[in-house]
Amino acid sequence: MSKPVFKIDKCIITNNIRTLRFHANEMTQQELADRTGVTRQTIVAIENGKYFPSLELAFRIAGIFNVPLDNVFSFRLEGDPVKD
Amino acid sequence: MDNKEKQTLVTLITFIVIFTGYILYVYNNYVVGDAEILNDLKFCGKAFLIFIPIAILAQIIIYIVFSIINKIITDEDLPTKNDERDKLIELKAIRVSHWIFTLGFLLAMGSLAIGMKPYIMLIILFFSGFISSVFSELTKLYFYRKGF
Repeated sequence: MSKPVFKIDKCIITNNIRTLRFHANEMTQQELADRTGVTRQTIVAIENGKYFPSLELAFRIAGIFNVPLDNVFSFRLEGDPVKD
Repeated sequence: MDNKEKQTLVTLITFIVIFTGYILYVYNNYVVGDAEILNDLKFCGKAFLIFIPIAILAQIIIYIVFSIINKIITDEDLPTKNDERDKLIELKAIRVSHWIFTLGFLLAMGSLAIGMKPYIMLIILFFSGFISSVFSELTKLYFYRKGF
């Protein structure tokens, strides 16, 4: 009997933090960093998609912009169509 | 290059310079004249133990000088807090460092097993400590640059 093969597609996580900062009176990265309790470098890394934050930090960021989490971060699997 | 990368790079360069300087100092002042001194385990123990406070002190002094120069040039303070990303990067660096040191430890024990002198074992241990620290800083630099 052959073993079942589980293939996990690569996930792609994108974020709208830059846009949300713009709409929040051009909030600076430093201000967002101070309000979420992380360094500015971490905010830069998140915005550039180089670091995926913990769930706690993700909720903190969403809370600061007063939007639901999926307005800040979006998730899709590789090969899925991109939503508008 | 952000401040964390600069900090890591300074730590790396400082450590390499201090280590190389200390090794050269011990070699030129003690080993060149009397190579048999390496068989004296008391000497080896002292040489290793003295290195630790020298390395810590030199790192602190260079870090303070670097902070002052950085403040003058960029007018930015170095980050003093470690957030979740820094902790994650540090954990990854510790893991790399741990594996390299373990390999060095096995090599050191292997040298004893094949009948080499104890000082060879101590030198391998010392160098594996050095290489593991260097790779730890390189890992940090890699993750700060590339992200994950």
